Amino acid sequence: MQFMLLFSRQGKLRLQKWYVAHPDKLKKKITRELITTILARKPKMCSFLEWKDVKIVYKRYASLYFCCAIEQDANELLTLEIIHRYVELLDKYFGSVCELDIIFNFEKAYFILDELLLGGEIQETSKKNVLKAIAAQDLLQEEETPQGFFEDHGLG
Amino acid sequence: MWLYFEECSVLPPEQNRRFNPAFNMAAIKQVFNEAVERVRMPTPMRLRDLIRQIRAARTATEEREVINKECAYIRSTFREEDSAWRCRNVAKLLYIHMLGYPAHFGQLECLKLIASPRFTDKRIGYLGAMLLLDERQDVHLLITNCLKNDLNSSTQFVVGLALCTLGAIASPEMSRDLAAEVERLMKSPNAYIRKKAALCAYRIVLKVPELMEIFLPATRSLLSEKNHGVLITGVTLITEMCEHSPDTLQHFKKNFSVVLGKGKKSSFKDCSQEEIVPNLVRILKNLILAGYSPEHDVSGVSDPFLQVKILRLLRILGRNDAEASEAMNDILAQVATNTETSKNVGNTILYETVLSIMDIKSESGLRVLAVNILGRFLLNNDKNIRYVALNTLLKTVHLDTSAVQRHRTTILECLKDPDVSIRRRALELSFALINSNNVRTMMKELLLFLERSDPEFKAQCSSSIVLAAERYAPNKRWHLDTLLRVLIAAGNYVRDDVVSCTIQLVSDSVDQQGYVSAQLWRALEQDTSDRQPLTQVATWCIGEYGDALLYSDVSVGDDPSDIVRVSEDELLDVYQRLLWSPQNTIVTKQYTLLSLTKLSTRFRSNVERIRQMVQQFGSHLHIELQQRGVEFTQLFNSHAHLRPALLERMPPMEVVRRDNGSQQQQVQHSTVNGVLDIADVNSEEPAVNSDSNALLVLLGGSEPSIVDTETEQQTAKPPAGVPATTDNQDLLDLLGLDIGGSAPVAVNNMNMNNNVHSTNNNNPLLLDPLGSLGSLSTSTPLPPLSGLSSITPSLDSPSLVAYEKNGLRIMFTLERSDAPSTICIAMAAYNETATLMSDFLFQVAVPKTFQLQMMSPSGTTIPPAGSVTQQLRIQNPSKGALRMRMRISYSSGGATIQDQAEMNNFPSEGWQ
Repeated sequence: MQFMLLFSRQGKLRLQKWYVAHPDKLKKKITRELITTILARKPKMCSFLEWKDVKIVYKRYASLYFCCAIEQDANELLTLEIIHRYVELLDKYFGSVCELDIIFNFEKAYFILDELLLGGEIQETSKKNVLKAIAAQDLLQEEETPQGFFEDHGLG
Repeated sequence: MWLYFEECSVLPPEQNRRFNPAFNMAAIKQVFNEAVERVRMPTPMRLRDLIRQIRAARTATEEREVINKECAYIRSTFREEDSAWRCRNVAKLLYIHMLGYPAHFGQLECLKLIASPRFTDKRIGYLGAMLLLDERQDVHLLITNCLKNDLNSSTQFVVGLALCTLGAIASPEMSRDLAAEVERLMKSPNAYIRKKAALCAYRIVLKVPELMEIFLPATRSLLSEKNHGVLITGVTLITEMCEHSPDTLQHFKKNFSVVLGKGKKSSFKDCSQEEIVPNLVRILKNLILAGYSPEHDVSGVSDPFLQVKILRLLRILGRNDAEASEAMNDILAQVATNTETSKNVGNTILYETVLSIMDIKSESGLRVLAVNILGRFLLNNDKNIRYVALNTLLKTVHLDTSAVQRHRTTILECLKDPDVSIRRRALELSFALINSNNVRTMMKELLLFLERSDPEFKAQCSSSIVLAAERYAPNKRWHLDTLLRVLIAAGNYVRDDVVSCTIQLVSDSVDQQGYVSAQLWRALEQDTSDRQPLTQVATWCIGEYGDALLYSDVSVGDDPSDIVRVSEDELLDVYQRLLWSPQNTIVTKQYTLLSLTKLSTRFRSNVERIRQMVQQFGSHLHIELQQRGVEFTQLFNSHAHLRPALLERMPPMEVVRRDNGSQQQQVQHSTVNGVLDIADVNSEEPAVNSDSNALLVLLGGSEPSIVDTETEQQTAKPPAGVPATTDNQDLLDLLGLDIGGSAPVAVNNMNMNNNVHSTNNNNPLLLDPLGSLGSLSTSTPLPPLSGLSSITPSLDSPSLVAYEKNGLRIMFTLERSDAPSTICIAMAAYNETATLMSDFLFQVAVPKTFQLQMMSPSGTTIPPAGSVTQQLRIQNPSKGALRMRMRISYSSGGATIQDQAEMNNFPSEGWQ
């Protein structure tokens, strides 16, 4: 996988994960172009798009579009499964996730993605293991946040 | 607190102090406040509050204001090295970055966070590093050190964060520096770290393939894991290694068996010492046969992610390897038959299985099974599955056409799918499936598709149909019918090449000309304003073969009673409508006007009406049409006696696919070319060319030759013996029928030349000033006027192929020149493709010791099977060996092609 983008129906970027090195300018350009192309497609169309030299696999969940760029020879259907797995994980973690959860806890969304994928490849196929790793790290964070005087010491 | 930031960001304090005493007071107050606030340990705005504030902004300007304010604050805290809130500020910056604002100034802060001992800091720091860092050298060096530290941490999650970051942003330098650490972690007892290290190794191998060797020993043991995370990452790593290095592929195939062969003690012998293929087969088999395991289940399928990865690796191992393929045949069959297909997951696995079956040396039964799976996919309700099926069938169609042919009806059905992506795939596949056996049925469907399809498909589809029809046409009648239907169905979306192809075919099929004219007449009777190409073909054909339409009974279709009989008046009524309809393009009107003029010699009466119609164009607003109107009118008045001879039928055009360089064929080429010039009357041509064009074209000459003559005369001195008065204007006049006395002579010469040009090139007329015009009509290798004196044509002049690529062939014919140390090269570029090449540009460079003179080319557009010529004169005073560099550029089928080539093998005896 070359990159993954999450964006809203209004075209606002909600999460971006790049596994290829591009200059910032190019990333922005790709993001902009893809968002307009995908939003222009009708809901009845299939989830695949041959775009430049990559294949775009996208799927809409409620108000959010999940969009992955994969190599030409990668399995498109499996990419849909990966997207679905990520959505399931978000859902489990936040408890019926909505777009607002991802906006206000974007860093958590990144952490979950990083436990599912590494370098653009899937690293863990068990939902339980991913959530366990996230929970353990959240706990580490909580433990070291001092209570009392610095009440809002965390990210808030 | 919020107000405080607002004041802070107005102006830098030093400016205020200098210019405004009031501000000065404010500044002092501010510094004071700042100090107080710092003592009171103010907390910066929380991340969630910032997000809330940004979301509350009603306009983009408002949002920008909020963000600029916050960024200014964040910058100031970064400057103050405020480490307590760094984490929160960087997190806010990351959110701002996602909104598209610059955040690069946070890069170093991320590194500071990473270096912090707190886990929260590290977590945000690494997240920031993955989002903000580019491949800048200096920062990378710093992060490499941080990563090295954390890779040695005792906390698994810190190691995990470092590995994750390395996997996302590893540059080649980082890869080299940290490969050893990663290799060590691949052997860690902790599965959480092992799987991450394996994917890091995958990433490093991707960046720096030479580092592959380090990882080989540690990789082998990954396949003996129980943990799916480690297994899948191990398979991914091996796949990457095998795919990019044939040596490693062999290593994995052999090494696994070698270890087994050594027969280590059985207690020590685990699965890693099995051969790799049986090992993978066993893992896959366990996955399929294992009962329900909630941890890895995805709607009834056990770990589809791992299954797909294993299938992919098997595909690479079985490719071109009969033994390995044999070992995996069974399991592939098992997966293909046992997988539940009601959900996307099952189809994902089947899809991968089909790809594997097609790629390895599998049994034929298995291949049929695979194609059948794809056939079932085609019937699936899920558009994604249908898309995948069509895509895969297109890949496999060349391997096993007959198996794919069986699903032809389904594929044709997909042409009617509402999803445009699927229609596009189906269309491509349909064209791949056409052969001489099914061309009739396939074409029927494709023509139906063409009629109904969206405009975006029409151009491509019609051109593809024309190509397929040309290849597989069972007979001429069918071929013509198909072309006519394309012209009718695709209307104005038809590309120009279809027009010329059709005209060429009609001209070539002598026995069908009456039938075609009748059919076209039928089409022309209806409104054709949205079918300009059809009108062009129709008028051309009726102009050429109209007498068959007028004076004999032509039956249309199979029913002999369905007879088309047209009267001259009916025909002229339609022409009148075509010529004056504002919907018709200029090019169509040009065709029509020429056709009308030709009809004047086919008609038995009504010539006067034609004359009147033509004359009306003498005052047409469009200069090109006006020119034609005036010139053609001349053919009815003072030069009426020329008309019958000038407007004779075109000789049948032959399509020359390969040119073996013989003169006879070159002449044929030029005939085709000359005639096509009529077909291709191109409104883009500069008006000057087209002005003189009409008659020249009628005489069978190619119009751009005039330009050649012109430049030739401007550049070369008029040779002795040639009347210097023969300037361009005279030449045009000569052809333009304004000269009463000499014109017949000229035309006679032309006609003679037209008659003989196919037999003799070294025609004595070439030495005659007027006869030289005859050479205009044939694009022999001789330059138009040079035959007069400066160049002695030699029969043994060698021809060289200078360039041959993508269907463009450039031939050089070398001729000695009378001038000392000078060689003339006649360049001829032939288009051997079926598409038009436009904007053809041929450029040449020679070493400094040579002098190069290039004449204008005969054109910039090469029609299919046509050619363009250009003269080159090269002086070589130093008599060195000639080297030449060529640059060629042209557009074909919408793509611009540029190429360079070098030519060093010129015969040396050319210089005198």
